[in-house]
Amino acid sequence: MSTVNSSRFDSAIGWSARPDAWVSKGIRVLFSAVAVILFCGPLLVIFSGAFDHNPDPTKLSVIPENPSLINFQVAAENKIWHYLMNSLIIAGGALLLQLSVSVFAAYALARKKFRGQAIALLVILATMMLPEEVIAIPLSLVIGDLPLVHVSLKGTLLGVILPLGAWGFSIFVMTEFMKEIPNELEEAAKVDGAGELRLFAQIILPLCKPALGVIAVFGFNMIWEQYLLPLIVAADPSDYTLTVALLALRSDDMVGTGIVLAGALLALVPSLVVYLSLQKSFLRGITTGAIKG
Amino acid sequence: MTAVQSLGDTRDVGSTASGGGAVETHPVRRRRRRRLTGATFIPWLFLFPAALIFLVFKFIPMAEGIRLSLFEVRPFLGDIFVGFQNYSTILQDEKFLTASWHTLVLAGGQTVGAMVIGFFLALLLEGHTKSLWFVRSAVFLPVVAATAVIGEIWRLFFYPAPEGFLNELISWVGLGPWEYIHSTDTSLVSVMFVGIWKHAPYDMVLILAGLAGIDRQQYEAAAIDGASTPQRIWNVTLPALRPVITILLTLAAIRGLRVFTEVYVLTGGGPAGSTDVWMTRVYTTAFEQSEAGLASAGSVLLFLVTLILTVSVQWYRRRREAR
Repeated sequence: MSTVNSSRFDSAIGWSARPDAWVSKGIRVLFSAVAVILFCGPLLVIFSGAFDHNPDPTKLSVIPENPSLINFQVAAENKIWHYLMNSLIIAGGALLLQLSVSVFAAYALARKKFRGQAIALLVILATMMLPEEVIAIPLSLVIGDLPLVHVSLKGTLLGVILPLGAWGFSIFVMTEFMKEIPNELEEAAKVDGAGELRLFAQIILPLCKPALGVIAVFGFNMIWEQYLLPLIVAADPSDYTLTVALLALRSDDMVGTGIVLAGALLALVPSLVVYLSLQKSFLRGITTGAIKG
Repeated sequence: MTAVQSLGDTRDVGSTASGGGAVETHPVRRRRRRRLTGATFIPWLFLFPAALIFLVFKFIPMAEGIRLSLFEVRPFLGDIFVGFQNYSTILQDEKFLTASWHTLVLAGGQTVGAMVIGFFLALLLEGHTKSLWFVRSAVFLPVVAATAVIGEIWRLFFYPAPEGFLNELISWVGLGPWEYIHSTDTSLVSVMFVGIWKHAPYDMVLILAGLAGIDRQQYEAAAIDGASTPQRIWNVTLPALRPVITILLTLAAIRGLRVFTEVYVLTGGGPAGSTDVWMTRVYTTAFEQSEAGLASAGSVLLFLVTLILTVSVQWYRRRREAR
């Protein structure tokens, strides 16, 4: 912040802000470097290993020894792009669905007063208390035979997308945000004769962009992290997402470390891209989401 | 749009007709049936997609799970009602008991470990400069990487031969070689270590938010009173962080109890069941032994434990706040 105010007590530990405090600064730089190596180093090794011709688990480094693209060529023969495609379609579809469902639900919860509102809130809260893992087994049965319509989603990407379509966390974050929008705007639009849908699409929604960023980055992360769900929905290995396929690739003795790392890299890059481009939203979401939850 | 609008209009008519004007005091107690008017109808229309998905993919499976837990599930032969027998089988099952012990150790160790590391990271990286922001972003990366990806890279590090990556490193300080996830003695600790590594930066972000809320004058006052840095952290910082720590503990403990992916990709529960946790056991029971009834009972038990944990923490927090 401003250098005028900066004092020894700007941080809990009392890092000195004086430019001549070499010892304090040195210690901090040293420890920060150690932290970065410890937490980023392993991810860098994935990069180098993926581009290294035949990486050896005994000689890992952050720079590939014999740089080549051979791992990706072999990985392509092992249908790695197909798995990546599965992952991307699921992520795109589920995220789109999740965003729209959350925005719609939040609009009702934040901008309307209606009978049963408390119950609706309670039900959504209940879904958040219900760990996904707990319902995994019966969910696999439900996906194999949807109630009423009796359609099986087993082995389809839709079987992974639909269960991820509504997420209590997104709905709550969006609701909290929409509550902050002043009523006057809505009143004015109503006077102008705006209908319900126009009110929603043209007045409320454009104001929610920051919150959309938050739920988009969290939604993506939650979807990309899914493991058990794609595993139980899959009818055979060709339905796997990239993250699930990694284990199958590794268990295959004919597939070397480099190919697994190439797959790991492809699974890592989308999360890094999303995080780095929406980083502010992500960090804001953690603090508000956790404290509200 | 006109249809929606006209529905909105009937709201006023409807409420004056049935409710008798502005009397909105006890809508629940009013026994008279109200017409489904626009004011109620439109919000539910907006909630409908969420409600449908939750119903089909959350509540029906939950109900189905509870039902299945009372049956011996026999595909194609018809299920047999067995009452609470599945529950008693699980609670007496040697493997499930071991798994529950592993789960508790893993959840406890990861929760505390991640929080302690996260706390030190937060102390180290608190501040507003650009370079600190950069370091924080870098340190945060393990949180966004998918667990399956992290599992693969750590499996490589855990290469058990003396020339393995980690063994090479620890040999510099005269330790090892260890077998990490490949030995029954060290496998659980190794899995715990990876969990701490992934979750500590998350805790760091929350603790940083807590640190930002502490009044700087308290630090100054403590320093004037002659408190040393450790004393200041113990007596000023930690008490102020208590709410954040409570939240972190609850979130992490619940997350820890339902741990699955980390264990599944790192060890698959092995070697010799030494890292088997509750969810990997449930998974094996359901999909490898095809005992859906038993597995459902296991899931319901896990749900009950997390529920009790959540509710009691909430209750404890309320009581503290009330005082």
